[in-house]
Amino acid sequence: MLTFLRRRIASSALPLVVVILGVFCLARLTGDPGNLYLPLSATPEMRAEFAARHGFDQPLFVQFGDYLTQVFRLDFGESLRTAEPAADAVLRAFPATLQLAGATMILAILGAVVVGSWAAYRPNSVADRVASFTSTTAASMPDFWFAIMGVLVFAVALGWLPTSGTEGAAAWVLPVLTLLIRPFGVLVQVVRGAMVTALSAPYIKVARSKGAGEVRVVFGHALRNAAPPALTVAGDLTVGLVNGAVVVETIFGWPGIGKLMITSILQRDFAVLQAAVLVTAITIFALNIVIDACYALLDSRVRQGVTT
Amino acid sequence: MSERNDTEPGRPVLEVDRLAVDIRTPAGTVRAVREVSFSVRSGETLALLGESGCGKSMTAQAVVGLLDPVAHVAGGAVRLDGTDLLTLSPAQRRRLAGPGLSIVFQDALTALNPVQTVGAQLAEPFRIHQRLSRRAARKRAVELMERVGIPEPAARVRAYPHQFSGGMRQRLLIALAVALQPKVLLADEPTTALDVTVQAQIMELLRELRTEQQTALILITHDLAVVAEQADHVAVMYAGAIVETGRVADVFSRPHHPYTRGLIDSVPADVARGTILKSIPGSPPDLHSVPSGCAFRARCPIARDVCAEQRPVLVEAGPKRLSACHHWRELSHD
Repeated sequence: MLTFLRRRIASSALPLVVVILGVFCLARLTGDPGNLYLPLSATPEMRAEFAARHGFDQPLFVQFGDYLTQVFRLDFGESLRTAEPAADAVLRAFPATLQLAGATMILAILGAVVVGSWAAYRPNSVADRVASFTSTTAASMPDFWFAIMGVLVFAVALGWLPTSGTEGAAAWVLPVLTLLIRPFGVLVQVVRGAMVTALSAPYIKVARSKGAGEVRVVFGHALRNAAPPALTVAGDLTVGLVNGAVVVETIFGWPGIGKLMITSILQRDFAVLQAAVLVTAITIFALNIVIDACYALLDSRVRQGVTT
Repeated sequence: MSERNDTEPGRPVLEVDRLAVDIRTPAGTVRAVREVSFSVRSGETLALLGESGCGKSMTAQAVVGLLDPVAHVAGGAVRLDGTDLLTLSPAQRRRLAGPGLSIVFQDALTALNPVQTVGAQLAEPFRIHQRLSRRAARKRAVELMERVGIPEPAARVRAYPHQFSGGMRQRLLIALAVALQPKVLLADEPTTALDVTVQAQIMELLRELRTEQQTALILITHDLAVVAEQADHVAVMYAGAIVETGRVADVFSRPHHPYTRGLIDSVPADVARGTILKSIPGSPPDLHSVPSGCAFRARCPIARDVCAEQRPVLVEAGPKRLSACHHWRELSHD
């Protein structure tokens, strides 16, 4: 298991550097920060002085080299906008996003397991059809539209929920629902499909022949066999939540990393943007490793590298 | 063991009475098992013999209550020690699944759960029915593995099904089925997926366990050699119905149904190289359109007009023998 983890971590290092390089170059295509931070009347000397102070006068590869060395010393540079260390800004925003994404995925997975298993238990029953219809609708719902409609109906018209912010449980309802709806819909369909296959497997009959009750059959025997495909998709959807977070955090004024990224792109705040992307990328790589580890825990054949 | 002595000698432990099973298909409901009756006593082996699709597995699954969702019992009774299982609630049936009736399935490769250790799977009957602790149930699992001849059971109890050979997996399935010493054990083609030497070992194991536990064994097979070696009685099935029953020695030496005779004649014995092997012409009828009268008549060498008009029923054709052929007497004089 340890070798397994070490190998996975080592193989993630190079893609990580590529991501950093990509963001580094693309961020600089947005234009000269001097145009934003200096007055319109700034003289060429002032602009040159600003660029020199922040290292923007160096060739791109020198800037990148300097940046990488700094990153290895855990120095992510300073925000152009607030002059605070970029790492501070990112670490302040990141927990808000993690909480939102975590709450969303836990609810989506729990809900999908219950609804998907229920639908798969009797294929083509009324319950199954209702679940299929609901999940297809949920999976095809545009999240920004849902978010805006949610605000209009529940916050503006009915006044039950706040329009934005993080204060109190009520503030969580709309952001979580908005992020949840698509992953939930997709996961219900994946869980249902995998459970239909698992429940028709011969070992299910064998379990019943031992006198196992239906709860034991469905959750003890079938679900664990149905878990790998659901896990793959859940991992993918969690990565997608970061994208979703940009939209949701902007609409609901959620002080997370998505909102921070948008702000730092608009402000050409390269250091903060780079730090935010770096932290997000590391999280996604870590998530993939966790998912692989979960496979191995679920199925000994993965652990031992058996190919059947 | 003490329970078993309460059963009067001679009284069947399992009686299947005019069992009927229907299957829903896109083309309509068909009767896959019709009026099947048989009984078996403790310590005895009954073979259900027939080609694929004749309804023998369906009969077994109906008896243990594990039919696929498309199939359901349409009539009849399955009495275990006099209690009709078909009238019990699902919870009551579950309590009998293991200690009352048990089944060994044919495909050992897929019948074990791939993500659980074999120890956990073997311990499950004890956990469910005897509410044993994990540790105690695991100990029983090791004992079971030892009993069915798995080498180093204490070490292999933590192994997964894919780490066992086909023969060993079949042994595990048998261990699972006999864990709670069932009164009736059904074995559905237990050796079909295995190679010949392993087949013999598995049959030997089943025989030992039957004797040890005084189990009534119902062997579902298409293999006449297995029937001849293992069974006391045989019931031959064709197109969802029993066509002949009797003691194995009687039926095999003097079949009273042309289908049974066809099966026996199809076994190649002392055939010179180059001779065409005997077989029964034609194929079994489609269940959607079983012909009138006798279902076998289209393939039968001795069929006459009466066979198309009247459906033959099982009639007594000698001591402890039944035949569903209008002309069984002709066959018995051959």
